[in-house]
Amino acid sequence: MALLQISEPGMSTAPHQHRLAVGIDLGTTNSLVATVRNSIPMVLPDAQGHALLPSIVRYAPEGKVQVGYAAQAVQAQDPKNTIVSVKRFMGRGVKDVAHIENTPYDFVDAGGLLQIKTLAGPKTPVEVSAEILKKLRAQAEASLGGELVGAVVTVPAYFDDAQRQATKDAARLAGLNVLRLLNEPTAAAIAYGLDHAAEGIYAVYDLGGGTFDISILKLTKGVFEVLATGGDSALGGDDFDQRVFCWIVEQAKLQPLSAQDMRLLLVKAREAKEYLSSHGEARIDARLGSNETVALVLSEETFTQIAQNLVNKTLAPVRKALRDAGLSVAEVKGVVMVGGATRMPQIQKAVGDLFGQTPLTNLDPDKVVALGAAIQANVLAGNRNADEDWLLLDVTPLSLGIETMGGLVEKIIPRNSTIPIARAQEFTTFKDGQTAMAIHVVQGERELVSDCRSLARFELRGIPPLAAGAARISVTYQVDADGLLSVTARETKTGVEAAITVKPSYGLSDAQITQMLQESFSTAAIDMQQRALRELQVDGERLLEATTNALQQDSDLLSADTLVQLQQQIAALRAVLTGDVAAEIKAAIEALAHGTEDFAALRMDRGIKKALAGKTLDEIS
Amino acid sequence: MKQENNHFALFDLPVRFALDRDALERAYHQVQSQVHPDRFARASDTEKRVAMQWATRANEAFQTLKSPLKRAAYLCELHGADLEAHSNTAMPSAFLMQQMEWREALQEARSSGRSEPLLALENELKAMQKQFQRTLEQQLDQQADYVAAVNSVRQWMFVDKFAAEIDAVYAAIEN
Repeated sequence: MALLQISEPGMSTAPHQHRLAVGIDLGTTNSLVATVRNSIPMVLPDAQGHALLPSIVRYAPEGKVQVGYAAQAVQAQDPKNTIVSVKRFMGRGVKDVAHIENTPYDFVDAGGLLQIKTLAGPKTPVEVSAEILKKLRAQAEASLGGELVGAVVTVPAYFDDAQRQATKDAARLAGLNVLRLLNEPTAAAIAYGLDHAAEGIYAVYDLGGGTFDISILKLTKGVFEVLATGGDSALGGDDFDQRVFCWIVEQAKLQPLSAQDMRLLLVKAREAKEYLSSHGEARIDARLGSNETVALVLSEETFTQIAQNLVNKTLAPVRKALRDAGLSVAEVKGVVMVGGATRMPQIQKAVGDLFGQTPLTNLDPDKVVALGAAIQANVLAGNRNADEDWLLLDVTPLSLGIETMGGLVEKIIPRNSTIPIARAQEFTTFKDGQTAMAIHVVQGERELVSDCRSLARFELRGIPPLAAGAARISVTYQVDADGLLSVTARETKTGVEAAITVKPSYGLSDAQITQMLQESFSTAAIDMQQRALRELQVDGERLLEATTNALQQDSDLLSADTLVQLQQQIAALRAVLTGDVAAEIKAAIEALAHGTEDFAALRMDRGIKKALAGKTLDEIS
Repeated sequence: MKQENNHFALFDLPVRFALDRDALERAYHQVQSQVHPDRFARASDTEKRVAMQWATRANEAFQTLKSPLKRAAYLCELHGADLEAHSNTAMPSAFLMQQMEWREALQEARSSGRSEPLLALENELKAMQKQFQRTLEQQLDQQADYVAAVNSVRQWMFVDKFAAEIDAVYAAIEN
């Protein structure tokens, strides 16, 4: 069978072409995009040469949206419409946001979901993040000269399911094909590990603008295995700014501040903090709206003092992660420092003291995550070289459980389980004739539901009416390679499968996302229908490519009849793919996908047998 | 006994308690390098789903075989010895006495807020876990006495739960 000529939009039709894929670090303070060119990972700067894009979005008059430096320049003048550090609000409700009184925004509580009032109407954090991602996507496509096949987007390892889902939704809204959500410390470990050919146990201490992660990894030849992870998804450099801000207000005995003054002083606080990383003291001068002036000097000692308990707050998760991994500090070979906030000397000292070794600071803490993500994206897009045959095994950061009687949590998947993972648990009805059951999915380590994070509420309907305790409801949790959870439930005794409806506690429903997509395209030149057709065509091409490749390698696994059938399905899809009837393409894709089901399982089986062959049994003691 | 689809067969390892951990890890990495979803990021949705199922299975098998306690429990299950059976609830009184002593010691550590006594407890625990391992190797691999093995496994589970409580006290003291 001849190899298909596949053409990606905007790309040549060479059979072994390089597919354009990027890694995106969607940070609290700064975001950046990177790619692998000629085997070298590199950051893609904007037209002005900036590697970092400030994660700031301004909804300006006349429907204009400014992202990055343009928004940063006016943040103090227009604080309510200029959103900074939006990552802190991802997957969160209004009640969850710390220091909400110190932010200048007008929040809307949209049924648990947080929105920010702007000139352009109420905006969810997902929409704001999508603006940042759109900008990075445009930046990447401009410098790579083509459309992206996909992106790896990084998230803090300690992000819960709602925060991960929100990030994926934002990428979708920005028109990105998400190849994988990758944990930030893991991305850093890939970049560091491959660059230094590191082997052994490594810790990655990642203190960003708004989040803190600690991951313990075992690096062996070709394998990056996360053993344990921990952190605090609401602790970062921003909190150090807050401490300095509060110190300024207290020292200067300031009255309640306007939104403009608040933003101005937060900027001054950040500048002072950054200055102190290489100087003994920092001057803070500001003129407020009331013409009041602030003139203070912050010494390194004072800063160390007011920030000490924040530093300590990062050390407890480090100890916990080590204990979860079953390791002592002496077994850790190196500590990799990631995130701009690790430039603070007191952080480096505290981490050095805890591990009894100088942390590794020889990589750019702002860029290493994006570079690692780019390396992963390159491999996932299919640009892998023979010498890049490495494997990544990550874990889920928080336990996943279900609400049981009395508001208690029963854990179904424990934290630090290697993903993907699935676990099933059986429940029963407690009333005679009960036909429905409420299922409450929670995430966290505590025993009470009220102390954990509510992820979703499900209702299982259509349970056959039986005596109390007779029905058998099997609830299965599956966490995929992105760390995202899906839950299914069915009644096993009678074999009745019942449908479930999902109500995400903090996320957007699929319908909401679709509506947002439609809204964003009604103003753009591209027609929504055309876009949907294009997506189907790309899907179809991908399926054709995957199937023909699979047949080339393993067609001997199939009976003659099945082979003929598959070839017919391939021909049928190819016949309609270039047409413009979406329904025909969709039907042909579904037919072929269904036809390859057993083939995929057979191939997987052969792959495993092949991998294990040659391993002798006498190796076993 | 299901020979075809058990965790040992997946990794091409002999069905027994004694295990070469390096061989297990190597086989696990070899299987994952074939089935992990990262290998199928651009494959069809069908292949992606199959990859996730296989990778899930490989993780489950690896976690079960890696832990001596889970491995022992799994072997009992494979040989039809039921861990949940109520007839097996009785435990030797000497074992129960020791459990009570340990729990008292843990209580003291918790209220004193000192972590040093925990270290001593942990060492005792480790010694006991080694003992369980030796006993189970005898019971499972040499004697094929799965009823006796079930009793050992149940005691070990008891001890394992206690180890988790020690961890919780460590965490409480540190915070």
